[in-house]
Formats: sequence, structure tokens, C-alpha cells
Amino acid sequence: MSSDKKQLDLTAIRERLRTQTGRDYWRSLEELADNEEFRELMHREFPRQASEWDDQVGRRGFLKLMGASLALAGLGACTTQPLEKIIPYVRPPEPLVPGQPLFFATAMTLSGSAIGLLAESHMGRPTKIEGNPSHPASMGATDAYSQASVLSLYDPDRAQAVTERGRIRSWSAFQVALAAETDTLKTRRGQGLRILTEIVGSPTLRFQLQELMRMLPQAKWYEYEPVNWDNRQEGTRLAFGQPMNFYYRLDQAKVILSLGSDFLSSRPEGVRYAREFATRRRAQEDPSGMNRLYVAESTPSPTGSVADHKLPLKPSELEQFARALAARLAGGGSGSGDTEGKHGKWLDAVARDLEANRGQCLVVPGEFESSETQRAAHQINSALGNIGKTVEYSVATDAPSNQTAGLRELAGEISNGQVDSLIILGANPVYWAPADLKFGELIMKPRLRVHLSPYFDETSRLCHWHVPETHYLEQWSDALAFDGTASIVQPLIDPLYESRSAHEVISILQGRYRTGYDSVRDYWRRQRPADFERLWTTALNDGVIPGTGTAPPMSQMSGVAPRTERTSGQGQTDTQRDRGESAGGPERRPPGPLSATTSPAGSQQGQQVSAQQRQARPTPLVALQSQGNRKSDLEVGPTGVGPTGSTQERPAPAGSLELIFRPDPSVYDGRFANNGWLQELPKPLTKLTWDNAAFVSPRTAEKLGVVTEDVVELRYRGATVEAPVWVLPGHADDCATVHLGYGREFGGRLAVGAGFNAYRLRRSDAPWGGPGLEIRKTGERYRLATTQTHWSLESRNIVRTGTVEEYRKNPHFVHEKQHGIGPELSLYPEYDYEGNAWGMAIDLNACLGCNACVVACQAENNIPVVGKDQVTKQREMHWLRIDTYHEGNLDNPKTVHQPMLCQHCEKAPCEVVCPVAATVHSSEGLNDMIYNRCVGTRYCSNNCPYKVRRFNFLQYTDKETPVLQVMHNPDVTVRDRGVMEKCTYCVQRINSARIEAKKEDRPIRDGEVVTACQAACPTHAIVFGNINDPNSQVAKLKKLSLNYSVLDELNTQPRTTYLAALRNPNPELGTE
Amino acid sequence: MAQIFHRSFNSISKASIPIVFLLVVVGAGASYALYKSAYATRATVPLNQPVPFSHRHHVNGLGIDCRYCHTTVETAAFADIPPVETCMTCHSQIWTDSPMLEPVRESFRTGRPLEWTRVHDLPDFVFFDHSIHVNKGVGCVTCHGQVDQMPLMWQEKTLYMEWCLECHRQPERFVRPRERVFDMEWRPAEDQLSLGRRLVKEYKINRMTDCSTCHR
Repeated sequence: MSSDKKQLDLTAIRERLRTQTGRDYWRSLEELADNEEFRELMHREFPRQASEWDDQVGRRGFLKLMGASLALAGLGACTTQPLEKIIPYVRPPEPLVPGQPLFFATAMTLSGSAIGLLAESHMGRPTKIEGNPSHPASMGATDAYSQASVLSLYDPDRAQAVTERGRIRSWSAFQVALAAETDTLKTRRGQGLRILTEIVGSPTLRFQLQELMRMLPQAKWYEYEPVNWDNRQEGTRLAFGQPMNFYYRLDQAKVILSLGSDFLSSRPEGVRYAREFATRRRAQEDPSGMNRLYVAESTPSPTGSVADHKLPLKPSELEQFARALAARLAGGGSGSGDTEGKHGKWLDAVARDLEANRGQCLVVPGEFESSETQRAAHQINSALGNIGKTVEYSVATDAPSNQTAGLRELAGEISNGQVDSLIILGANPVYWAPADLKFGELIMKPRLRVHLSPYFDETSRLCHWHVPETHYLEQWSDALAFDGTASIVQPLIDPLYESRSAHEVISILQGRYRTGYDSVRDYWRRQRPADFERLWTTALNDGVIPGTGTAPPMSQMSGVAPRTERTSGQGQTDTQRDRGESAGGPERRPPGPLSATTSPAGSQQGQQVSAQQRQARPTPLVALQSQGNRKSDLEVGPTGVGPTGSTQERPAPAGSLELIFRPDPSVYDGRFANNGWLQELPKPLTKLTWDNAAFVSPRTAEKLGVVTEDVVELRYRGATVEAPVWVLPGHADDCATVHLGYGREFGGRLAVGAGFNAYRLRRSDAPWGGPGLEIRKTGERYRLATTQTHWSLESRNIVRTGTVEEYRKNPHFVHEKQHGIGPELSLYPEYDYEGNAWGMAIDLNACLGCNACVVACQAENNIPVVGKDQVTKQREMHWLRIDTYHEGNLDNPKTVHQPMLCQHCEKAPCEVVCPVAATVHSSEGLNDMIYNRCVGTRYCSNNCPYKVRRFNFLQYTDKETPVLQVMHNPDVTVRDRGVMEKCTYCVQRINSARIEAKKEDRPIRDGEVVTACQAACPTHAIVFGNINDPNSQVAKLKKLSLNYSVLDELNTQPRTTYLAALRNPNPELGTE
Repeated sequence: MAQIFHRSFNSISKASIPIVFLLVVVGAGASYALYKSAYATRATVPLNQPVPFSHRHHVNGLGIDCRYCHTTVETAAFADIPPVETCMTCHSQIWTDSPMLEPVRESFRTGRPLEWTRVHDLPDFVFFDHSIHVNKGVGCVTCHGQVDQMPLMWQEKTLYMEWCLECHRQPERFVRPRERVFDMEWRPAEDQLSLGRRLVKEYKINRMTDCSTCHR
């Protein structure tokens, strides 16, 4: 959008929505406004000037270059292909077959919680990440972060050498310097030494640090990450009197209430939660078993977007709401009459629904909501008998202290001069410490400052020594999942640069340098001395250490195919097949951890478990279950007594707004800021790329007189930051959300210059925000690159939804919404498909819009990143996009996500217009795209009603940077400028499956070809297979009455079809 | 005002019409010849290698099977170029001081791999898989020529798409019994077409002419 855009008239939009009859979907406010500019955008395949020369070079320069390049290109074509070398091994490694990928189990940690992964390695180069089916947090799926982590490994901006005050030094020089330091520290018993780490998810590193603290008792170790779980811990402490770990069993929950939690897409275990949630979400067969999700939240999230009922509440209201609900259901706490009045009907309905489903309901507190909100949720869960059923608690024996308080303590010590040497492992406190701690100034005080981090960032710049940190695909380590399942992190590749892991740096302080491999092995040998070597190989092979973890396996998890029809192995998901489990019938889950009286490790393995091991793993909690059911035990102290983080405690300045901090859905806390895949990933709901913004509700925007892209001054408790506004329908009123992780000053070419730094507003006493925000319009405008308005299919009944009730009454309701005529006669020839006919079914009911598929597609298919400027010109290259449609009023719309990719039409409009036959129909019904034939007329794209074709306007693929060359998937062509491209249904995977099947002289089995998006999807929303085989999952799904084709009135007969989304609203609340 | 063009220009311009036509024809012919030439296709041109390895000597003279070195030809896309270790299985015992083999020994000593020049180099947008061809009865000789007669390795065929399609369109013209795939001297005992038709049926060979079979 241009900067002189006419301001959107929200009042008019509201009026139009109010007078609208029937269900209608909209994607953006611009679309609703339906102004001149938007209409023009719709009428063009690409926005105006998208195809014009837009470099700094003028017309004359262009002509000169064109002339020269034409002449040279003509001559260049006369040369033959340059000679290539083949370089075989001298002594080949044993399991390696050249050209054949290998998969290794490893794990990635985010904020201390691990997700188990399988890394695909081509000739020793990790190129793609898949989920590990045997890992409880992954279940074979992944999130966007783990998919994008490959790019972080090959990031050319990573720190590449050890430096001392900016000068390159050798690792051994650092080792000598640190060892000398260690000697003097020993004599002082560690006095003056402070170590700051991120949340330590590795049991080995935790053990190493604890050992070090024992060796140097005067030293101190602080753990801090800006996205930490302080509130979560404080909430359990308030509710139960001691910090507890807990996780949910969403497959057991029929009614779920989220109090500001984005549990389906945040944190690594969100992948599991999403899978569990989806099993109860599929209603095609048995609508009565469908779960119901209520979400009360301030900032719209993917979880909120799939809710049956949503209530936007600002954080303080949310807390009041939680208290009122707790008062109602658990009898404790004091309800606020105000909330009762305002949202009384909602609260009543939710409370009744929860109560009617005792033991089968769940209240999920937001991780970043106040500890009071969390306490209320625990109280309700306990009062309704959900403990042990839908939520499992265990005592956090090794509970870290409050991290924010810890960081504040460290800051105090530094300013008092108590800190002589500061060693920072992984963390970036100068950038992400709360602004009131002034870490940027404090850090200059200690005499010796050492920093270990993957990038030379804001903190590295102010430290004496900087040591590049290894990527998780380059290092030996271990990691714990949400339920305590331990995994070994094994390297896929030697460190690309002179980088080291935290294990290695700590070992020097311990007195003797040891490799990460030795440290990790030693730690686990100490835990399990008897069968260590067997354990080690098993752990490396499976990706989980047997005997750790408490989460039950999810044997009946998949639920992709209609469950009742699944009688043979045909209907199994690959996940199950990999696990060797039968899908014959629903298996009963093994006894939950709460009924086990000893730790699973002890009971299953008969091994002795040492103290450290027990600390590393949450111990199943036996006693508290019975206690939990007694209300009195849960009521700890009167409500309203000063828990930190409670928004009620501070008197709110009258009339001001509330500020909300959230980790960014793309760059998290800033650690992925230099990852182009994540930066360009359209964020859920807003589809914003390359930037963050201050999100406000339409009503608040009207009140402030601002529109999207207006620059405002955010003033919060003395700090001021300028930020562009984003008007987000569904956001709570009178508050603004800012995402962390942007506004970097150092740390890579992509990181620097994107967005604004929200940490500048952050305070250590209110890390997730609070009241007191002022927003002032500056009058400036800032261009945001959003893909929300791109590739719009316009309003043509593209997404179809209904309620369970509608479905029960009329299973064919979806097809009654059809526009015009159905598939009729066609002039184009019919094809016969003798063998396979590939097709895809996407369940809109299961899609959360989490973006894992988008990044998976990008990684699998070598899709380039184009940059912010090109995104504003609608030139993003994602083959798979997620269209978000809203329905209903601006203040609380309903949302549906629709993954949109090449539909592989039977009568493909693109095929008939290509003058060079670069896009043709294959004998298996694929719409093939042949890059080497394409001359770039873009006719096909112009004729595609689904707008899924992407054109390389410029040379987006970096062919110069050597380290990026090794990242590419060698099975997919790397495209150059001037070529059209699009989803191929992962034809490389089809081909390799076909070759394997043919060699074994058998047909391709159902589930043998798994597309990249399908493999990544946490909810199994995407199913791919042979529609000629009536027993395939995809064929069964396509037979369901909910199945429909997008734009079926065009008679393109797409191979990709969608299952309509079903909602399960509470009849008491109606459909609102 | 005098005429700009002399009268003789009439004849010149008339003559130039067939000349231009001729030039176009000759140019097209020359381009086609160049396109087909060994210069462009690199077919039949022996390439320099770090060690002048002779397939004639090793295959014809010593009778070593293709798969002794090209180990993964039946299982993987890439047929594999043997590691130096494979050379040294014999050459640590025989010809141990041949100067010709010094690069091999040096590589084995130092661990620095030999850099062979690629003889059969398909464009990067073509994805070829040896294993499926071998499994469907396409003999080595069919594409690589009689390697056992090549003192230095060269590319026998053009490797142009039209050449690939000859077989992909009519596999019966080229397929042979699976057990004869590695046979350098095999000739069909009967009519190739009738044998081919039988084998196509028996091996369930499809005409794989979809673009995405090779391009993706």
C-alpha cells in the first residue's frame, strides 16, 4: 500500500458488516473497505509496477546493460557445459550411499524445552528437518522454528572466529586465557565470577554448571531468557504452595477454556498439543465427540482462531474474568462484579459447560498471563477433577528461581562492583534484558567479559572475548522435553566455523577442556552405568533415551482417516507405522504417570537413578493428586495479596492503555532475527513479514485516530519507542500488543533494521506488560510488508464452514453453498489414469495456521527469500500460503485458515495457455512445471484462478555465497530468474517412492509418499495419496460430505480439495 | 539532384535475395551440425583424467565386473565412482611402484581424494536414476557404449533429451534380460522388438514420458 493511502473508514466498514446478510468472509480491512486501490490490486495479477525495472539503474543504464547482456548471452550460449569434477572418498564412511539421504535423530531446544527431530543428511550435509515420531513433543511433526533451523546453520552471517576485542584470535588462545582465569578463580573460590546462561534444557550442561558451582562456591550462575516461564511457575506456587511442572492431555478434554494461552502453536510441545487437540476436533464421523474450545485472549493467536467462542479481553479484564470463574467453579477468590456484568453471559455459559464436563474439561492458563490468572486456572482444574485426567502435574524438584528476579539481582551485583568476570553463554542480555536494568551500561563494569553466541551481536560487541557458538546440528548435547523425555542432540556435521558449545566452554572453567561428546557421554554413563553402551546406541537411534519422560504414547493419535473404517494397516499414518503400532482399534492408554508410584525409569528399567537424574526429570506426583481434589489445599493465602505479575496490584493510570509483550511468532525473542525464512514467513493472522508492529483493536484505533502503518510513539513508564500501528480485528480493546525480537542493532544483515525494539519498553517488574501505556500519533507513516491482500481469490465462497448442529441436520450443507453450476461438460479432453492419481485433502477443521507447512515447503523445495521490498510488490515466492479468512464483526471475528497451494486441476487453466508447453499434465494427474522450458511469459499465472504460481522476477536464489549452496535439497532444481514455479506435490518424493516400489515390483503403498507440508503438519490437516485407490486415506476423506473444491463453478476439477471447517458452538451462546 | 544509388545496385539487390536465403539455410545447417557435433555434445571425446584409467584393460583384459567399482548402480541414483580404497585393494599388491599410479597411492597416503573429470554430465535440471534403469533391463552398453573397448573413458551418446526419449517412448527397442545388463558383448539372439515387447510386459515397463519423470 502506498503511503498516501486514503485512511480506511472503519465506521463505514462496520456499517457494511452490520447490514450484511448471511455468512461472508473477508481477509483484510482493505478488502472490507473495498476502495479504489484495493479493487485495482484485485484486478491485476501482480500489483502495478511489479514487472517494471525497479533497481537504482535508470532507463539508459538498463538499455546499456540489456544490450551488453544480450550480446554476451548470445555468445555465452555457444560455449559448452563446463567440465565438472567427481570427487569420491578415499575411504568411504560405511552407511553412506552417494546421493541417498540418511536420517539422524537429534533434538532442538527452545526456551529449555526440546522437540525431537530427524535431520535429513545428504552426503553429510543436513538439508531438511522432519519430526521424530518416537519423540513425545514431536509425534513426527514439527513447528516452523525447527523447520527453519537448517537455514540458521548455513547462515553466512554467523560469527566465524574467536575474537578478542574485535581481533581474530585462535581457539587455543582463548583456552589459555580462560584457563589462566580459572586458576586465579580457584584460589578465590570463584569469588567475582558470574555466569549468565539461557534456560538450560540440557541435563549435562545443568550438571556441569552445578559441579562448577560446587567447585567455586563463591561463584553464581543465573539463568535468564526473555521468554521465560516465571509466571507459570509462580502460578503453580500460588495454587499448590510449591512450583510444579505440568502438561495437558488435550485428547482427553471435551471442553477447553484458554485464558490467554496460545497452547497450540507456542513452545515446542505445542506440536503435540495440536495433535492431541485435533484428534478430538475431527467430527466427520461422530460429531458428538467433538471438543469445544473457548478462548479468552487479548492478542489474537492461532489458538484463538480455531476457537468455537472467543472473547477479547485485555489482560486486567482477563485476570478478573479468571478470578470470577474460579470463584464460581472453585469457590475461592473474589469475583469481580464488573466482569460478571459485562461478560456475564459468556462466563455463565462457559462455567456451566465446564461443570457439566467434570474430569473431561481443561482450563489452560496463558503462559504470560499474570500468576493470578494462572492460579485461578489451576484451582478450576483441581475443583473440576481434571488433575490426572486432562492435566498432569509433577513437583518441579529442580525448580529454577524466578529468572527475572535473578537477572535483577545480577544487575545489582554488577553495579555494586561484586562481579569481576562475567561469562555469558548463549544469552544476549544487552539486547533483551528489561530496559530498566540498563544492561548495556552495566556490562562494561566487570573486568573480564566472555560471550558465547552464534552471532556477533549487541552483547558480543561489548565483551572482551567472543566465542562463536555451535548450532544444534553441529554439537553434542542433550535436551529435555516438556514431560522430561531426554534426547541426545547429535551433530550432523562438523562445525562449519571455529565454534564451540557451552559444554566445552564450561569444561575449561571446570579445569580441563573436554569435548561435548565426552561430557554428554560421561553424564549419561553416570546415570545408567549398567547398560550404558546399549542405552547410548538406542538413544542415538531412536532420538529418545528409554526410561525418561512421563507423557503417554499417543497410539490413537492420528485420526486422519475416518476412524471407523480403519481396520487394516491401510489407514495407518506413517507415524504409527514407524512406531510399529497397530491401528486396528483404539488402544487404551497405559496407566497415566500419576498412578505410577515410582519413577518410570526405576520401574521400567530396574536401574538406579541418581539424584541428578531425578532432578532433570519431573517426578510424577502421587500425593498431590489426592490433595488437589480437596479445595482447601489449593487455596493458598487470600487472593489479592501481592503476587508479582498480578495486574491488579498496580494502580492503573486512569484512561491509559495496557501494554502486552509477546514473543514474535516468527523470530521468537530475537534469536531467529537473521533467519530469512522466518523473517519472510507471513505471521499468523496478520500475514506481516519482516517487521513487528503495535497491534491494536479497530475500536482503539478509531479512538486514537490511527490506521495501519501510522507511526505512533509508545510511551510506557518513562520509555518511548516509535512503532507502526497494525489494526488487528479481534484484538482486545484498550490495549496494544508488541512483539519482541525486532529492532536488532547487531547480529546479521537481515536482523539489523527490521522492526522496532520492544525490549526498550520492557520492565523487570512487569515483563509481560501492564497498564500505563500512552500512544501518540506522530503523523509519519511506515510501510509494512504484508501478504494479507496478496493473491486474493475475492469473495466466492472459498472457505466453507458450518456448525456441528448444521452438519448433523444436513451432512451435505457444504454443497448447498455452491455457486452456479457444478461440474458439467468440458471441451477439454478427459484423461485416463491407470496407475496412480495423486490428490490431496486438506481439513480446514484441523488447520491452525501455524505456518509449519510453509517453512517445510520452503526448505524442501529450495524456495528463495525475496526481501521486504519485494514482498511489498507481491513477489514472495512461497509455494504454499495460508489464507486467513475472517467472518463477522470487526471486534471479534471468526477465523478460518486455508492452506492454498497448486490445486493440480484436472482441467488446468494454466496448461492451455503456455506457449512453450512448460506446464503440462502428467499421466498421474500432476500439473508438471518444467523450469528449463519456461520462458517467463507468465500467462499461466495470469490464468490461474487460485493464484498459486510464483515468478522469479529477479535472481532471488543466492548462487554466490558458497555456504548457502550446500543447503539446497539436491533432489530439486534450483530456479533462476525469469522462471515460473509452483507446488509440485513434492514430485521428487513421489519419484523416489515410485522407483523404490518398482524395484520391489509392487504398487506404491498408501502413506509412502508424504509431502513436505503433510509431514510437518502437527494436526494431520494435510493428507496426500492416490485417489485411484479407494482404500487410501485421501480417497476416503474425499468421499466425505464435507469435502469440497475451491471455485468448483469454474470446473477446473482440482485434485486438492478441502474439508469444510466445523465449529461446535455452545447453544447457550449461539453463533454470536 | 543526382541519384544516390548507381544503376548497378539493382542487380546487386536482386542477387542479394537468394544470397540472404542461402545464408539463412547454410547458417541453420551449420547450427544444426554444431548442435550435433562432438564439440557441443562432447560425445566420443576422451577426457583427461588424473590417472589414465583404462576400462579396456580392467573390464576386457581382467574381466572385472562393473559392480566391483560402481557399487551402488543397482540400488541408488548414482552409480558411484570408486573410492581410492577400492583401487588399492589390488594396487597395494600389484604395480605397487608404477609411476602412473602414484596419484592413487598419494591420495591413499594423504587422504586427499582424486579429482576425476566427470564424463557423463547431465544438466542440473535433469534427475537420472541408475538403479531403476538397471532394474528394468537397460544394459550399461545401451547408454555408455562398449566401455570394455575404451582405453580412456568417453561419452558415447549425445545425452540429448531426444536421445533419452528414444527409449522412454519405445523401451522395447532397447531393453534386454536383467541378467544381461552388465554383459558388454550381449546381442539379442532373436529379434530385438519381439524380445523387447515380451520384456516390457514381463518387467512392467511403462513409457515414462511425463516431464516430471526427469525434471522436478
